[in-house]
Amino acid sequence: MTTTLLRIENIAKRFGGLRAVDQVAFDVMSGCITALIGPNGAGKTTLFSLIAGFLPPDQGRIVYDGADVTGEPPHRLARRGIGRTFQIVQPFAGLTVRENIAVGSHLSRSRRADALAAAGDVARAVGLSAQLDQSAATLTVAGRKRLELARALAIEPKLLLLDEVLAGLNPSEIRDMVPVIRDIAGRGVTILMIEHVMQAVMSLAAQVFVLAEGRIIAQGAPHEVAADRRVIEAYLGHGAANRMAAGAAHA
Amino acid sequence: MLSPVILVPALLNGLMTGAVYALVALGLTLVYGVLHIINFAHGALLTAAMFAAFFAYSLFGIDPYLAAVILTPLYFALGYGLQRFVIGPAAQGEDRNFLLVTLGLAIVIENALLYAFRADTRTINLPYAFNVIEIGNAFLAVPKVIAFGAVIVVALALWAMMQWTDTGKAIRAVAKEELGAELSGIDVAHIYAVTFGLGTACVAIAACLLIPTYYVNPTAGDAFVLIAFTIVVLGGMGSIAGALIGGLFVGVVESLSSVLLGASLGQIGIFAMFIVMLLVRPSGLFGARA
Amino acid sequence: MKVYLSIALVVAVLAVVPLVTASNAVLNFLVMALLIALAGQGWNLLGGYGGQYSFGHAAFFGTGAYVTAILQVRYGINAWLGLFIGIAAGALVGAVIGALSFRSGLKGSYFSLVTLAFAEVFRIVASVTPITGAGVGTLIKLDLRPEAFQFQSRAPFYWIALALVGLSLVLMRAVEQSRFGAYLVAIRENEDAAEALGVDAFKVKLAAMTVSAAITATAGCFYAQYFLFLDAAIAYGPWISVDALLAPIIGGAGTLFGPLAGALVIKTLGEATKLMTGGAPGLDLVIYGFVLIAVVGLAPRGIAGLASRLVPRTRAGARS
Repeated sequence: MTTTLLRIENIAKRFGGLRAVDQVAFDVMSGCITALIGPNGAGKTTLFSLIAGFLPPDQGRIVYDGADVTGEPPHRLARRGIGRTFQIVQPFAGLTVRENIAVGSHLSRSRRADALAAAGDVARAVGLSAQLDQSAATLTVAGRKRLELARALAIEPKLLLLDEVLAGLNPSEIRDMVPVIRDIAGRGVTILMIEHVMQAVMSLAAQVFVLAEGRIIAQGAPHEVAADRRVIEAYLGHGAANRMAAGAAHA
Repeated sequence: MLSPVILVPALLNGLMTGAVYALVALGLTLVYGVLHIINFAHGALLTAAMFAAFFAYSLFGIDPYLAAVILTPLYFALGYGLQRFVIGPAAQGEDRNFLLVTLGLAIVIENALLYAFRADTRTINLPYAFNVIEIGNAFLAVPKVIAFGAVIVVALALWAMMQWTDTGKAIRAVAKEELGAELSGIDVAHIYAVTFGLGTACVAIAACLLIPTYYVNPTAGDAFVLIAFTIVVLGGMGSIAGALIGGLFVGVVESLSSVLLGASLGQIGIFAMFIVMLLVRPSGLFGARA
Repeated sequence: MKVYLSIALVVAVLAVVPLVTASNAVLNFLVMALLIALAGQGWNLLGGYGGQYSFGHAAFFGTGAYVTAILQVRYGINAWLGLFIGIAAGALVGAVIGALSFRSGLKGSYFSLVTLAFAEVFRIVASVTPITGAGVGTLIKLDLRPEAFQFQSRAPFYWIALALVGLSLVLMRAVEQSRFGAYLVAIRENEDAAEALGVDAFKVKLAAMTVSAAITATAGCFYAQYFLFLDAAIAYGPWISVDALLAPIIGGAGTLFGPLAGALVIKTLGEATKLMTGGAPGLDLVIYGFVLIAVVGLAPRGIAGLASRLVPRTRAGARS
């Protein structure tokens, strides 16, 4: 019996005249992988920033694990068990991979030795063991993405917000990352991911929400959403769904 | 004590002093608006310019206002060169490094002046410096009135340049969106240097406007620079109009508080206002990056 | 463990100096270097490890100096007690300035500016209020007894300064190895990312600033006892704000021995300049300015960075 881990209630955020997020409401069930997709500029990262406490919403509530956490700052949310990765990777460039991850591990461990050891374990889980003592600045893009993931994992989150963690990876790197994400979910971490890489969304997500122009326009299982006319139109433009159907009829 | 007879001249004097503050602040805000760094060497450059103006008169008899014509392009070149060949390369694009390098520059310039010219305070004796113009019951010193007018002219010229010349447009482009500007073919390093040069040129003009009525010693510029910082924060980083209006405002505040509280406490008033501005300024009020 | 041994070694080696030389010039030189090193240790915690560049550490130095001096001169309080109160006062000033600045979200240049402004305010106030002697300054009466924290010869001063620096090194090493230290460095590298990992940046920065202020205030208290004279320009002047940041930057910001190494370099440069040019004011600072620019441009990690480039490393950046 799955419970609702995260409930977004009528969240809205405007920047000047732009309604970046406009009355969004949805639930994220615990233990599942939920994907948030939508064309560029739809408001996905803004939504993440609202959930993760980097931006205060203009209205609405965020209920996490039964508690109203609206407006709480990022570090408080992290302590509650919400981890996030950043779309543009933000490594601690002057530190080693192990030291990077250890910052997260320190959340529940005050001793340096414990945190560093725990960091090693997390690195193993995402496949970064070989680079543990390398400077984070020397990692490849794929490595940095794994580091983002590892750091967020290190705080032992219940809810993990992944912001385009597959962006910038080539197909084989993506193929390597997908099982890592699946393993994390398998260990009981609830994942809410923003993704553009459709193959990953299709194979990973149990539930998909589609955001366009700040609003949720569709939701459901991946294959349902992919066939939804409104979703096709949001990505490909007005009338695209008809054109596609007409094209299929002619083929 | 608060009668108009005292307040009105204080107000007018404040406006005129404020105009020069505004000019100094203008240089600072330009550099911040484009390079997004606070130039800690600004005060030292002002002091150096004041010495230059001083010696132009005391050694060569060149009238300060005439000296401005020579010093301004010279200082532009100096500023250009400093940014292009010293500050830019040393800082390698990192904000923290810019802070340290401009601080280092300030230390070098100020102490070089100290070493060369000792700490003595000097003034020039311009024959017409004590002439006054009467407005109502206020006696306004001629050099200050000239300064006021000059600053307005300079501000307008700068604004016109920004609006209508190619370089000005390039500067605005770099200030707004550096990467895009670079991709459009603008030589960003050159624009940085031009902007820095403009900032230094402002300071040269300000020095020439100040020297008829103000003293010069190796730390003279510092007093102006903290005021300039206050104005820039007040008026908005990168805003020409903000620097102008802010400068006039601060000049008036200083003048009035000096009248009411005495000179040294007037200085504290500026600092206090500065600190309060920094602490209270909500991010994004003037659209500036913190 | 190895690091604590090297701290002990450095302190031990330096402790021997007064036993091999009676030269006041040498001891004076070293005492000043240790003083600057101590002030720099304070700056280094906040700036080198924490990435928050204060341009106004004079505010803490001067507070420590004035508090201990005024307590002795006007209230007859014992100098050693004055030392502790002076340190506490410096820490308090640091906490207040830190709370105000960080609560307002000031970072980068803005933070540097506001610290500069605060230091200047202190200086101006100190130059006019009667309690500090205004323009005349404050003079501590000569009372050459250990109980009064004054000594006949330089050696005891030297050893005390050395002990203070040694203590600060031990403290910094403990910070380096602690969760607080890891959080501080994370904030320096990327504050947002650190927050997302549960780091309360405000609290960590505030704590760093308070301890940083306390350390630099200690240097101020010591200065008061060593020189027995203060005025606003000495206590709160830009010279100490500059030295406190120059020493760690030259020696290596964010490293353990950076401030000490940098302080020795600064003092050596200063003395060399005086020898070459006969002590005209200003030239030594001109050289400092050039060195600062050169270090930032050519050797941003300071002496420590240069040293690590010379020693071959198999693992990049490993520091734990």
